[in-house]
Amino acid sequence: MQQRWGLPIVAWPSRLRPSYWDGIALPLVLGAIVLIAWASRQMSVPYHPGETLPISLDPRDLPQYGLRTVLRMVAALIASLVFSLAYAAIAAKSKRAEKLLIPILDILQSVPILGFLSITVTGFIALFPGSLLGYECAAIFAIFTSQAWNMTFSLYQSFIAVPHDLREAARMYHLSPWQSFWQLEVPFAMPQLIWNMMMSVSGGWFFVVASEAISVADHQVLLPGIGSYISLAIDQRDLGAVLYAILAMLVLILLYDQLLFRPLLAWAQRFKFEELGEDEVEPPWFLIMMQRAQVVRLLTGSVNAGASFLSRITRRVPRPTLRRQSAPRHSALFDTLWNGLLLLIALFALYEIVQFVHAEVTLGEVLHVVFLGFLTLIRVLVLILLASVVWVPIGVWIGLRPRVAHRVQPIIQFLAAFPANLFFPIVVSAIVFLRVNPEIWLSPLMILGTQWYILFNVIAGTLALPTDYQYVAGNFGVRNWLWWRRLILPAIFPAYVTGAVTASGGSWNASIVAEIAKWGDTTLQATGIGAYIADMTAKGDFPRIALGITVLSLYVLMINRLLWRRLYHLAEERLRLD
Amino acid sequence: MDTLATAADTNLISATGICKTYRQPDHAGRLVLDHIDFALKEGEIVAILGKSGSGKSTFLRVVAGLTQPSGGTVSYRGQPVYGPAQGIAMVFQSFALFPWLTVLGNVELGLEAQGVPRDERRQRAIAAIDLIGLDGFESAYPKELSGGMRQRVGFARALVVNPDVLLLDEPFSALDVLTAETLRGDIMDLWLDRRVPTKGILFVSHNIEEAVDIADRIIIFGSDPGCIRAEIPVPLSRPRDWAAPAFRRIVDEVYTLLTTVPGREGGRRGGRADTLSMQYRLPDASIQQLVGLLDLLVAEPFNGRADLPHLAETEHISTDDLVVLLEALQLMGFAQVGGGDIDVTPIGRAFAEADLQGRKQIFSDSLIRNIGFIAHIRRVLDERPGHAAPEARFLGELEDHLSEEEAQRVLETVINWGRYAELFAYDYDRGVLSLENPQ
Repeated sequence: MQQRWGLPIVAWPSRLRPSYWDGIALPLVLGAIVLIAWASRQMSVPYHPGETLPISLDPRDLPQYGLRTVLRMVAALIASLVFSLAYAAIAAKSKRAEKLLIPILDILQSVPILGFLSITVTGFIALFPGSLLGYECAAIFAIFTSQAWNMTFSLYQSFIAVPHDLREAARMYHLSPWQSFWQLEVPFAMPQLIWNMMMSVSGGWFFVVASEAISVADHQVLLPGIGSYISLAIDQRDLGAVLYAILAMLVLILLYDQLLFRPLLAWAQRFKFEELGEDEVEPPWFLIMMQRAQVVRLLTGSVNAGASFLSRITRRVPRPTLRRQSAPRHSALFDTLWNGLLLLIALFALYEIVQFVHAEVTLGEVLHVVFLGFLTLIRVLVLILLASVVWVPIGVWIGLRPRVAHRVQPIIQFLAAFPANLFFPIVVSAIVFLRVNPEIWLSPLMILGTQWYILFNVIAGTLALPTDYQYVAGNFGVRNWLWWRRLILPAIFPAYVTGAVTASGGSWNASIVAEIAKWGDTTLQATGIGAYIADMTAKGDFPRIALGITVLSLYVLMINRLLWRRLYHLAEERLRLD
Repeated sequence: MDTLATAADTNLISATGICKTYRQPDHAGRLVLDHIDFALKEGEIVAILGKSGSGKSTFLRVVAGLTQPSGGTVSYRGQPVYGPAQGIAMVFQSFALFPWLTVLGNVELGLEAQGVPRDERRQRAIAAIDLIGLDGFESAYPKELSGGMRQRVGFARALVVNPDVLLLDEPFSALDVLTAETLRGDIMDLWLDRRVPTKGILFVSHNIEEAVDIADRIIIFGSDPGCIRAEIPVPLSRPRDWAAPAFRRIVDEVYTLLTTVPGREGGRRGGRADTLSMQYRLPDASIQQLVGLLDLLVAEPFNGRADLPHLAETEHISTDDLVVLLEALQLMGFAQVGGGDIDVTPIGRAFAEADLQGRKQIFSDSLIRNIGFIAHIRRVLDERPGHAAPEARFLGELEDHLSEEEAQRVLETVINWGRYAELFAYDYDRGVLSLENPQ
């Protein structure tokens, strides 16, 4: 029998003896606490607009910058987790709230993430005057927006998919709503949530790098971190420093993968619904340490005690089962009023936006921005097409060879997580050096970081194709183009669409940093809506930022509705393999 | 049998005039339970049988307090039930175990919710696990266990809260025959030896022998809407001998009640054949199985006549499947059911003996003659200029009478039968029924 982990240890006395893992765990835990304390204090040092924070290109400072960057990431992740739990719970519990919350989420997803940064930064600065904390919050908020929405969607979808019989069992055995949330709904959502968190954080590295250099009105603030380090390196045309930054990021992502996500993924397996599979993930060393070391047990023990205390408190609330439940009569009048109210709010908001933008901008300029959006749209579509032409055959080739796929998968995951903007300076310096047309050659930057999703999903789709189908194809001599057309392309289509949707969304987001690029004093610009937004952000022109972001969001919404959602439907309806 | 069980007020559960209507999006309510009166007395095991869709599970959930009835009241020991009540526990067909909790964690769940202190909780849970024969598996996760073991956890979770009334929703139907028999025997031993404090069991089943074996009383639900069609006492001493004539007689009686189409008892086919109404819930029998069963029945050793329990046993057909198939055969006029026996009619025999084209012809004639809805579809397609109509149209007609899900299922069956009979064609991609052959 294979070694099981994560089981409650039944031999009680041995629990109290410290284990040799404590030798490693204790310094790690204490060290982490000290580092976090130090870095959080750095975050709230006094700061006045206009000052320049000292950033040096000395590679010895990189670990410190890395820590600051990671801490922002962690703060954003925690915020996203709290937000998504609350938001998804409300949306899943209340029909009325759902009607409003889910479309809002859908639209929030389409708003470019760096747009949030441009818009909210002044608010955050006003919140903490005279301190760096406002800027830190703005950066963290930008990262938060890159993670929260899809985590919330994942949670919401899990919450409404909790099996009916488990819900009934929870009610039958008198779990309070609080208990049933933590004992049923959250555990059920866990595997999907952790997977989504992993994808979110992968995307988040991109924005953590992009959001450390904040433009407010006419000046730029560089928050100490890897992103700022690289901005400085670009300013000073220091290719060596760029390479150092890339190296530091590499180490960070590896650490984060080893210390956070490998353990989380392995741990989340217990929440999976399926039978025991063949491919049980080996427990990563860090998880073993966490589970064996006494220090960690003490910590989790106190958390558990707190949780059961909370659960006992909530039980004191008289349970509704003995009283007659007021039947949830959906009064038609109330529903109509509610819908009417929502409509009024929406109309008012629309009016406000039009007012805000119209005061400054003429119709001609609006049309011009729409045209710019169209140019970016063409770029995104062409890039997705090119990436598909390149990666689909390669992905299929890899997917047909499970051994290769096994080895390649972590590399691709890593590439997807690696913030592509770190490579921008290298590409840009090449464009400057070779004097090629930036309109064309800046474009690939948009898809540099997101193309991996296509490859990744195509591999997964091919791997999932039962070998029987390949035998059938071989048996009947289905080959060449016919083999692609009748077997592989339909088989991987659902997976491909998922990858392409992610890649397309990421490219839109990246357009804000990819269509305009600097190398020292040289600025390269491609015509498009991303460059427009970046330009207006640098100038601090809020009505035009709002206009740019609105138009960009509308494009994303439109593409999602008209293209991706339809393809998704087609895939769901016809091409699923079950 | 029990000294306490003397007066009427010893009813554990009384349900009076239970109605349940499901509200549909834009239609009037659809009645699934129609005025059900029921009582569970102390010391009694009652089984509910009925074909799928007869509302027996819904009724169990009303008793459990999991759904509110639209009319009527349920009371538990004289107290009205408005939600899951302390003292009533339920065992689920799908086990409904929390996969992230160990066996111990799952069994402790109900106690934890009641706020029982940790040490007592653990002690009681371990006792329940021992009682149900799971000792040694306390720290296993449900996914490590076989189906039978999982259901044992389900029982332990129910018994640990010392329930007064145990509600069982087809607890053995997800298990294989041997496992089900062992577990059933173990549970009955606990009950007969009074090793559990439970005073009464209400038990939904789909297995006739199982029900006759366990129950003191069997209630048979009729469908559309769900109602009590018959009540059969089982006055046999325990342990019961499955081969005894008295046992077989009750099994036959239940078979007959379950497999005859209401209004056609006795097998006479008469005037109402072509008036079989639109809302009739067609059984979703597969053509392959229908043909297979008919072939089987006309061949040796049955020669056109079979004893139903015997047929089910020797041919390993589950009661659920058999009920569906027999209903379809009777609807088509291919067979008659009575007295626990099935007789193949001359049409049925002709069908079985015909070649492929002949079978399709007979099948198609029978469909048009006997099933109003299919005749109606054919008429519509004949009259339409393009001889085609969207499926949504027919689905809508069905939804006037059936729930969305049921309507979808019935339409699927209709399309399947119609395609086999070559009465019409169906284009999945466009969702269109037509008289054309596909290009």
